[in-house]
Amino acid sequence: MIKIENLTKIYSTGVVGRGGIVAVDDVSFEIKTGEIVSLVGESGSGKTTIGKLILRLIKPTKGKIYFAGREISRYKPLEYYRNVQGVFQDPFSSFNPIYKVDRIFENVNRYLLNLPKSEFWGKVEESLKSVGLNPRDVLGKYPHQMSGGQLQRTLIARALVIGAKFLVADEIISMLDASTRVDVLNILGDLRDSMGLSILFVTHDLSLGYYISDTTVIMYRGSIVEMGDTEKVFKNPVHPYTKMLLESVPTLDRKWKPSEEIFKVEGDVTSFKGGCKYYSRCPFRKDVCREFDGKLSEVEENHWAACILFGGD
Amino acid sequence: MKEWLKKHDTLYFMLTNKRFVGGMIFILSMVTLAILGPWLAKIELRWYLENGVKEALDPTANIGIPYSPPSSQHWLGTNSFGQDVFLQLVYGLRSSLLIGIIGGGLATFIGLVVGFVSGYSGGMIDELLMMLTNIMLVIPTMAVLIIIAAYLPYRGVMIESVIIGFTGWPWTARAVRSETLSLKSRGFVHLARISAVKPMRIIFGEIAPNMLSYVFMVFILQFGGSILAAVGLDFIGLGPTRGTSLGLMLQQAVLWNAIQLGMWWWIIPPGAIITALVAALYTVNTGLDEAFNPKLREM
Repeated sequence: MIKIENLTKIYSTGVVGRGGIVAVDDVSFEIKTGEIVSLVGESGSGKTTIGKLILRLIKPTKGKIYFAGREISRYKPLEYYRNVQGVFQDPFSSFNPIYKVDRIFENVNRYLLNLPKSEFWGKVEESLKSVGLNPRDVLGKYPHQMSGGQLQRTLIARALVIGAKFLVADEIISMLDASTRVDVLNILGDLRDSMGLSILFVTHDLSLGYYISDTTVIMYRGSIVEMGDTEKVFKNPVHPYTKMLLESVPTLDRKWKPSEEIFKVEGDVTSFKGGCKYYSRCPFRKDVCREFDGKLSEVEENHWAACILFGGD
Repeated sequence: MKEWLKKHDTLYFMLTNKRFVGGMIFILSMVTLAILGPWLAKIELRWYLENGVKEALDPTANIGIPYSPPSSQHWLGTNSFGQDVFLQLVYGLRSSLLIGIIGGGLATFIGLVVGFVSGYSGGMIDELLMMLTNIMLVIPTMAVLIIIAAYLPYRGVMIESVIIGFTGWPWTARAVRSETLSLKSRGFVHLARISAVKPMRIIFGEIAPNMLSYVFMVFILQFGGSILAAVGLDFIGLGPTRGTSLGLMLQQAVLWNAIQLGMWWWIIPPGAIITALVAALYTVNTGLDEAFNPKLREM
């Protein structure tokens, strides 16, 4: 459904574009129809940038994104946004504080759908119900009168009204209470199953990614370090960064004890540039890593990793 | 009433703010004076009108005895030409307020459009517009005003306010641009963009309404600034060639040695009104600042 090829985004910082920050560095992956892909990484790893690139909120420096086989910049806005939609991290800032919540639906009908009023609002009520909201609690209210969970679900309902086939969900759970998190996740899962919705689930939380996704993509400083079937990546992590992430997930029944093997790094090489991006933090690093080009290689079927030491051939 | 005001808390804090209310009362009374001026002048100059001096209501007509101090016939006396000072004052006030509204309005409008477009579109358009803005900023405005005004043989109040409006916008544009930059990365702007809302609709429908209070304050500052700029132009002899204005009154009073001749009634009223008007506008502005910014509110 969405195919990303050699995507690179460099944010220029100088006056006329001298110098820049590489946010996304030559990333390629694919999201199939009816699939939930979670994009995991720490702050600054470029995961949100990929979401914005797919939503055409920013332009790529290099590389291409295809939707249904056609490059996304060749779609007209109307055509594209009827199919590809997004929900953003902060539900409170996603609503214009001076307008009622209805406004986001009004915009949708005025610019994207152009349905007769009664038919449109009927659809709105229906989709609000499908995300577990009572339309009377939402319509006619101001954003500050609603909770984060309600607002976030309203945004999901908005994407449903549009009838999008692909959804970019950018950290949509991070602002929610633990108790409402699972509800929202389950809504996404149900939508995939009932409507064949494909979702790019951007998150920094491994356990949420594991809970919901079919495929996991792990990013570090703009590059993919490991990706593949969620089960395979979590059961058999190959890249030292993935191992470290998995080790850092707190579990309920045990106190945290750092594992010497994965966390202990000897010597300081933070100034080192080139080679493997994880070199400066990797406890297993060897001299060969300085020459590594960061290419993914297949570990097993549907499982790739970018590590010269552990990552397959 | 009180309950209703409590709900609209910005309005409530505006109307309970001493600075805002005090400044506004003065400004509104000046506006009233300007509006009712010609009618008041009819009462003042009734003696002339009764005796058939039709041009008595023309502020440039030399009707009275020169150098006469304030009296019941000439409330603020006459100047060296026998022109009625009160009549000049109300007509001068009219043109000053007009310059404030048109010049200030124009400067605010240009500043807003340049700021919004520049901040929202970014890239090349932004660089070009900001280059233009910076050029306008470093050119000494007064010098430009002098040159433009000197080139126009006939100048009216309108031309003067347009000139002032076209040179007064750069700071506003810069401030609006930076505010737009911060607002455009908010979620609701992204959401509007992925709803295929047109850029102009996003600027004026989503971003601008969030800056309404700021725009209002900018207009008030530009209003005062335009009045001052006009007074400056008038004073150095580049004011309107026809009609009168507060700045022109000051210029003539100084040229004809009003101070040395002890004609305080000629120079103090226009000077005091200009000073008080601009001071009141700035006071209103600080009052609004407190009303719009909860952190500054006196509780």
